[in-house]
Amino acid sequence: MKTKTILAATLAMFGLAAMDANAQIRIGASLAETGPAGALGDPEAKTLRLMVEQINQDGGILGEQIQLVLYDDGGDPNNARTFATRLVEHDGVVAIIGGTTTGTSMAILAVAEEEEIPFISVAGGIEIIDPVRPFTFKTPHTDHMACQKIFEDMQERGISRVGMISGTDGFGASMRNQCLGVAGDFGIEIVADERYAPGDADMVPQLTNIRNTAGLEAVLNPGFGSGPAIVTRNYRQLGIELPFYQSHGVAGQSYIDLSGAENAEGVRVPGTALLVADRLADDDPQRDVVIAYRDAYVGRFNEPVSTFGGYAHDAMAILVDAIIRNGDPNPDPRDLRDAIEATSGLVGTTGTYTFSDSDHLGLDLSAFRLLEIRDGIWVEVEQP
Amino acid sequence: MSDLLQFLFSGLTVGAVYALLALGFTIIFNASDVVNFAQGEFVMLGGMGTVFGIAAGLPVPLAALAAIMGTAFLGVALNKLAIEPARGAPVVSVIIITIGAAIFIQGAASVLFDKQIHRYPGFSGERALHFGGATLLPQSLWVMSGAAMIFVALWVFFTRSLTGKAMLATSNNRLAAALVGINTRYIMTLSFGLSAAIGAFAGVLVTPITMTAYNVGIGLALSGFAAAMLGGLGNPVGALVGGLLLGILEALTAGYISSQYKDAVAFILIILLLFFMPQGLFGSKHAERV
Repeated sequence: MKTKTILAATLAMFGLAAMDANAQIRIGASLAETGPAGALGDPEAKTLRLMVEQINQDGGILGEQIQLVLYDDGGDPNNARTFATRLVEHDGVVAIIGGTTTGTSMAILAVAEEEEIPFISVAGGIEIIDPVRPFTFKTPHTDHMACQKIFEDMQERGISRVGMISGTDGFGASMRNQCLGVAGDFGIEIVADERYAPGDADMVPQLTNIRNTAGLEAVLNPGFGSGPAIVTRNYRQLGIELPFYQSHGVAGQSYIDLSGAENAEGVRVPGTALLVADRLADDDPQRDVVIAYRDAYVGRFNEPVSTFGGYAHDAMAILVDAIIRNGDPNPDPRDLRDAIEATSGLVGTTGTYTFSDSDHLGLDLSAFRLLEIRDGIWVEVEQP
Repeated sequence: MSDLLQFLFSGLTVGAVYALLALGFTIIFNASDVVNFAQGEFVMLGGMGTVFGIAAGLPVPLAALAAIMGTAFLGVALNKLAIEPARGAPVVSVIIITIGAAIFIQGAASVLFDKQIHRYPGFSGERALHFGGATLLPQSLWVMSGAAMIFVALWVFFTRSLTGKAMLATSNNRLAAALVGINTRYIMTLSFGLSAAIGAFAGVLVTPITMTAYNVGIGLALSGFAAAMLGGLGNPVGALVGGLLLGILEALTAGYISSQYKDAVAFILIILLLFFMPQGLFGSKHAERV
């Protein structure tokens, strides 16, 4: 009996020691693998696990293996805060990636700033990095930029009177506000402003009213999930022929499948290089990164890549790059923060990141590509 | 004028979806006075089951049938494993058990299926039909006729069949029903199996319109419950009328008043109606049951 206990204890100690030797660099993550934002958090978590596995197989970084400590916060800010605290105090991570939603990101950043641990968010909200906080960075573009990209294209096409139909969920509501705010800068007038709830099955009445608006020239639908696909189907059902714009919330093959290729024909979306991986020009700087990630992800999980997985990919790439440049396998979080802020010209799936002390997003409008759906696939629109 | 017709078509489409959901609540409520909040999960399972059946290479009717049978079996299992052991517990406790079951089924579905949104094409194509300047998708007609079919079947079941009457008797007084020789345990099992099958059938029909994902169940259950309350819980006529009325109210509000407040306007009207008619439009007075 006693021998057994001693044996078990010895084994446990060896186990711990072995783990320590194999896992010198600990990276923390708190993502919404389940819950309402599960469709976003799931590819994010898969991406992080895949990348850590790949890096470790290739010998790790700075000669050390990475250990990923990942928690599922279910999209609940309270959980996210608890897990962030545990990551810092118990798991001893050098940095945190996470916060699938803007809400959970705000919860994690409060902990990260207090404990002075670098945090790279994968959520969209502009409030995460505006105002700039020393330890918080983020990889996705903001909805503010999506509105600018869309209105820029409308302006080029000579469109000035736009009808908007937005979801009342967090994504749709936030983007609607941003678009209303910047429309004037591009000489665009929002002549109709309709709403729908996330679970709605039919948006025909709203679209009927938009169609009846005098002088309407185009329609924009900021939304996420099943809503935009239903709006697209209803748009064709009513036979509206005007240019139709969707937000970056739909950027994935599933939007085309759910809407039906013939219904989605001609729809324009501000998207990322990931969606047009196969059709990028040979000299496109993002081509190699995007195709490598897409092939690895599809090969491993046998499901299409999504923009959200791409955000997590970029967060990990930025972090790994910073750890390597910092050069210390046991980095001090404050030094690591400085290294992340010094990131320059790092090519990710979303865009090319260059951080500075006044910009913790590091992307500009050029990171968005204006895509159009033609014959059921995403095609980049030629821009002058 | 064509706008009004368009709003009505839209309202009927959504209303028929609500009516199908509301009809699903009828049987279990009639058998046990329990509002089964896992009803929305049955609808989700019908849709998701069909999606994955089609993906596995089954023809649509077979995939739908498999999804309905599987869900009916799950309904029976839910009764045997969760509801029956709580026999004798107050109705409210059983309702809370159904909420727990809903959360469990949703979690299991996210693991068993996936977390993506799915849909399959409408049964009679996707080309909109034109009537008097307004358009309607053929799948809406499928949903409407499905709702009508379930309604007639339920009506006949509760008023003409011995089993249906036994179910109503069980609901009115379980002890008395058992005393006259009704196997109340069998009735409960049957009610869960049938409710699950109706829910799954609804899921099969509405998925081309609403789309489906592992987490749509709770939202569907709430819409269907609101429609059932409006019409009067337990009455198939109430479920049908309540569903259609709620859909049309929402569509007309979105069309003529404000799309931002369409849900609020519809629910304020429901609250007002229930204030004056607490049993809903067609609900039986509780006094009659004593």
